[in-house]
Amino acid sequence: MMRLLLWLLGGVLLGGIVHLATVLWLPRTATQDAYSRLQQIAPINAVTALPAPAPDKVLLPFMDPAFATAVCRYDLAKGPLQFSLNVSQAYTSVSFYTRFGIAYYAINDRAAGRRVIQLDLMTEKQHSEMPQDEDVTTADRLIVESPTLTGLIVLKALAPEPGLMTMAQEALATARCRQQP
Amino acid sequence: MRLLLGSLFAFAVAALVGLGTTWLTLAGSTAFGAVSIGAWTAWPRTGTTSIDPYARAAIARTGQLPLGLGDGVAFYARGDDNGRLFDGRCDVNLQGITPTARFWTLTLYDLDGRLVANSLNRHSFTSQEIIRNTDGSFEIRIGPRARFGNWLPTGGIDRYILVLRLYDTPVGVATRSGRETPMPSIAAGQCP
Repeated sequence: MMRLLLWLLGGVLLGGIVHLATVLWLPRTATQDAYSRLQQIAPINAVTALPAPAPDKVLLPFMDPAFATAVCRYDLAKGPLQFSLNVSQAYTSVSFYTRFGIAYYAINDRAAGRRVIQLDLMTEKQHSEMPQDEDVTTADRLIVESPTLTGLIVLKALAPEPGLMTMAQEALATARCRQQP
Repeated sequence: MRLLLGSLFAFAVAALVGLGTTWLTLAGSTAFGAVSIGAWTAWPRTGTTSIDPYARAAIARTGQLPLGLGDGVAFYARGDDNGRLFDGRCDVNLQGITPTARFWTLTLYDLDGRLVANSLNRHSFTSQEIIRNTDGSFEIRIGPRARFGNWLPTGGIDRYILVLRLYDTPVGVATRSGRETPMPSIAAGQCP
C-alpha cells in the first residue's frame, strides 16, 4: 500500500513537469496560430487587407468589426524593413507581433504625432550593425526592434460608424511595407 | 516486475495529471494579472512582452492576436453583475459610462470569438454610434428581440461574450477598480 502511494506521488510530481513542459512547448507546435492562419493569404513583406470578420467566416477569432484591418507578414532575414502609413480621420494604430503572436510594440496616430506613421523595423543585431551616423539617427526616424526574425505588423483604422468603413480601408491602402534598398 | 508495473502506473498518472491540467488551464481563461471591474475582466499584460506562459499557449491555440497595450485594452464579460452567465434568449441591460478613452467599441461574440448572425447585421457599437443620455451615460439593450434605443441583437444563441475595447486609454497594467475606471453595469432583464 505504502509502495503504491509512493508511485502515485512520483506520478503526480512527474505530471507537474509534463504540465509545465507542454504549456511552454505548445506555442511552438501550434498549427492554427495567427501567423499560420495568415500565411495562406498574406505574402511576405507586403501589406494585405484582411476581409472583414463575419459570422460565417473567421480568419482570426475576436477581431473588432468596427475596424478595417490589414497585415504585413514580415521576414527580416534579408535586412530591415521600411514601414509607412498615412493615418485616417479617426483612430489608426499599428501593432507589432512576434512569430508566436506576442504583442511587443504598438503605436497609434496620436503617439506618432503626425499624419504619417513612419518607422524602420529590424532585429536587435541589425540595429547594432547600423552605422552610428548623426544624419541617420535623426529623431524623425523611429526604429522598432523585432525580437524574432519573422512576425506580423497589424494595421488598424477605425470606422466610427459603418458608413466610414471605406474611408478606413482607403487609409490602410496607403501603407507601405518593404525591404530597405 | 513490481518495478515495471510501478513505473508504468506512475507514468500513467503523470500523463493524466500533466496533460489533464494543461487542457483544463487552456480551456478556461486562467491568465495571470487580471483586472476585474464588476462583471468585466481585462488582462492588460497579455498585450505586452511580459505575457505569462499560459496566455501565450492560449493565444497560440486559438489563433487570436491580443490587443497590444499601446493600442488599447479589452474587457471581457461572460455574465451579468450577479455572476449569471449570459443567455442569448434573455434581455440584458448595459448601463453607465466607460473609463477615459479616445474611442471604445462593444462587440458581441460567441464563445469561439465569432460574430453572431442576426437580421440587422449589427455586431457591435462604437462610442460614436451610441445614443447617449444628457449626462453622457448610455444604455445598451442586448437581447433576441428588437428594442428601442441602442439594441445589440444576440441572434438567440445560447451563450455569448461581450468585449468592451478601450482604444488610446490610460487604463493599463496598474489599473485597479475604482472611481477612475467606471465600467458599465450589466443587469439581467426578462427571460422567456
